[in-house]
Amino acid sequence: MDTSIKVLIVDDFATMRRILKNILKQLGFKNLVEADDGTTAWEVLEGQTIDLIISDWNMPKMTGLELLKKVRASDNYKGAPFLMVTAEAQKQNVIEAVQAGVSNYVVKPFTAEAISDKLEKILK
Amino acid sequence: MDVKLVNPFINATINVLETMAFMNVNAGKPYLKRDNVAVGDVTGVLGLTGVANGTISVTFEENCILTIVSNMFGETMSELNNEIADAVGELTNMISGQARRELEEMGKVFKAAIPSVVTGRNHSIIHYTEGPKIAIPFNTDNGDFTIEVCFER
Repeated sequence: MDTSIKVLIVDDFATMRRILKNILKQLGFKNLVEADDGTTAWEVLEGQTIDLIISDWNMPKMTGLELLKKVRASDNYKGAPFLMVTAEAQKQNVIEAVQAGVSNYVVKPFTAEAISDKLEKILK
Repeated sequence: MDVKLVNPFINATINVLETMAFMNVNAGKPYLKRDNVAVGDVTGVLGLTGVANGTISVTFEENCILTIVSNMFGETMSELNNEIADAVGELTNMISGQARRELEEMGKVFKAAIPSVVTGRNHSIIHYTEGPKIAIPFNTDNGDFTIEVCFER
């Protein structure tokens, strides 16, 4: 797994961004960028090159699903790895995310191992 | 209120605290809460809509939430501040999500709002619907917390 890539972490809760950052740092990732909602995340994506997007679902302004659809409709990021990390895991949520092109899905609460396993899969 | 709605929130609370904060938590005996005064010092409140409308709240004693968030962050947290409030919001969110998955398996689908957080001693917990408030106390080695589940009649 290439840990030199730039990762964008999107969550409206600073707590979750901090937990994910801690896990990613332990895995060796160093280039970490944060956004607290989908709108801010899109501004980051337009302003710099991001290699992996890790996003919550339920956020104000622009949800994770809306961000995913915008990413997949863009020229620059249509093939970018997109990991949804969310408490929203009812069947309909998972179906919508898969249809929108999510790379993988982690349900909160999660262990560090769960994040590591999913990243190994989508960054192969 | 259908008491079957309560158990998924108990299960979710235990699972979230064990997974994210590595804490052993023990659920006490549920009771009917008659007032709006919070048992804890910081509370997350979240509205639910679906087959019934309701609210859940999670209220933590100071020492308990400081230990929980310290475990989640891997560093010592020593005072109630915005970081603790944010963590309580996210914990409430995760408990709601996990419980709603179990409820969905029972054929009861709910949507959740974004949680709000209130801090301070003896603050009020306002549930958004009229109905009995079922409180479930939990204890840990580092203090107690209580969840309240309130659905319309």
